[in-house]
Amino acid sequence: MADTIVKVENLTKRFEELLVLENVSIEVLHAENLIVFGKSGSGKSVLLKCIIGLMKPDSGDILINNQNILELSLKQLNRVRKDIGFLFQGAALYDSMTVRENLSFTLKRHFEEITQKQIDDKVKYTLELVSLEEAIDKMPSELSGGMKKRIGLARSIITDPALMLYDEPTTGLDPITSKEISELILNLQKKLNMTSIVVTHDLICAEIIADRVIFLKEAHVAYEGNIDELIKSKDPFLKNFFSHEIIKV
Amino acid sequence: MNLPKHKYGRRLSYGDYLYNFFATLTGLTIFNWEFLKQAFLPPYEISEVKKHMTELGVKTLGIVSITGFIIGLVLAMQSQPVMQRFGAGDFLPGMVSLSVVRELGPVITALIFAGRVSSGIGAELGSMRVTEQIDAMEVSAINPFKYLVVTRVIATTMILPILTIYVIIIAIMGAYIAIIIVEPMSFQYYQNSVVQSIEFGDFIPGVAKTFVFGYIVGLVGSYKGYSAEGGTEGVGRASTTSVVLASLLILVFDMVLVKITLWLWPTL
Repeated sequence: MADTIVKVENLTKRFEELLVLENVSIEVLHAENLIVFGKSGSGKSVLLKCIIGLMKPDSGDILINNQNILELSLKQLNRVRKDIGFLFQGAALYDSMTVRENLSFTLKRHFEEITQKQIDDKVKYTLELVSLEEAIDKMPSELSGGMKKRIGLARSIITDPALMLYDEPTTGLDPITSKEISELILNLQKKLNMTSIVVTHDLICAEIIADRVIFLKEAHVAYEGNIDELIKSKDPFLKNFFSHEIIKV
Repeated sequence: MNLPKHKYGRRLSYGDYLYNFFATLTGLTIFNWEFLKQAFLPPYEISEVKKHMTELGVKTLGIVSITGFIIGLVLAMQSQPVMQRFGAGDFLPGMVSLSVVRELGPVITALIFAGRVSSGIGAELGSMRVTEQIDAMEVSAINPFKYLVVTRVIATTMILPILTIYVIIIAIMGAYIAIIIVEPMSFQYYQNSVVQSIEFGDFIPGVAKTFVFGYIVGLVGSYKGYSAEGGTEGVGRASTTSVVLASLLILVFDMVLVKITLWLWPTL
């Protein structure tokens, strides 16, 4: 059986009076693609931000490679984070830097001994993986939405992370670009043998990427299974949710 | 680092304003402490400090040149008739240069610098905050406070004294032009009068306090930007409140520093 990479146990998070997640437990295995579905505001992104340590949960445990990240110091947490990639919803490219600088920024700071030639080679190789070699000297403001997502993805994988977290990787993109990004995510996952947690409400994206799906509803994991089971579910809420998604597609 | 949250909205009570005032003071104190903790730890990001110093210096050079020139010019134009009325026309170069060196040069430069730079830093970091760029650094195991805040605060602290010395020179030149419009005076004579009237002791407190002003400008701008929330509205708020708060703190600290200087060196 494959190793467990991420284990979330009884995670609860509230913002003042609003309960966002309550006793949420998930487990992600090595090289598995887990899709986290849910309506807007159902706590998907909060779950992801708790896993990477950007938000502190009110209770529960988050284990990454058997280390409870809630018990780690910032220095220890950063050591864990070096092995994790995170693609933000808006790509979050550093807008005062070129694409080359965006990609080399993390490399320079993670690997003190790295030479300029090694950095250049790695940047070029990673841009080839996302098919955007020609954008190397462009500023983020010169890129389209889809290109930004690709560069954001390239920046996340440049340090060869074992775990990738995607926050709405296809939101705001047209269906064709959305499909391309989803296929790219799947190809990279296979090529680099990464474990992925993808937060989305995009059905095309889920169908392409998912090994397993969980559905967050009213602060809980309401459903878990594979994507086909979920789409064919007789549950009125799921039927309603996916019928809307299918119409959008 | 947990910074206190502010209350926003269209209908704030007096209690909310009071709460926000103390939240800002507390936040700024926490932010200042974090800076002092991190400033002396590696990595030092020296190239980034140099880059910011150059950018900030170039960005403000034009406006401080014009301001400095006009301050000297207007001060001499206003003072000349009064000084002559009391038969003290010969003391005009000394009076103007002492005013510029001890008070006007440092404070006006700092206020202009706050308007130009503090708002810029507030807007830049605020925009990075709301577009998750600061979070992106954090999840990449890079210390955003060190890279974004420490480098900027050091740069503003180092560059403002240099700009102030430059403004003082420009203002003294402006005053000379105002004087020669009214009556002929050789540059040599003017220069000697200025040099004789300014002592080293006049120069040091004036320039030394600009290190504090520069620190305030960098710290306030960074604090407001780093703690920005609420989308583009939050960025605008960070930018404007940076200028207001930095200018206010410059004036308060000027008063305190002048008092301390006179207490330490009563003969100045």
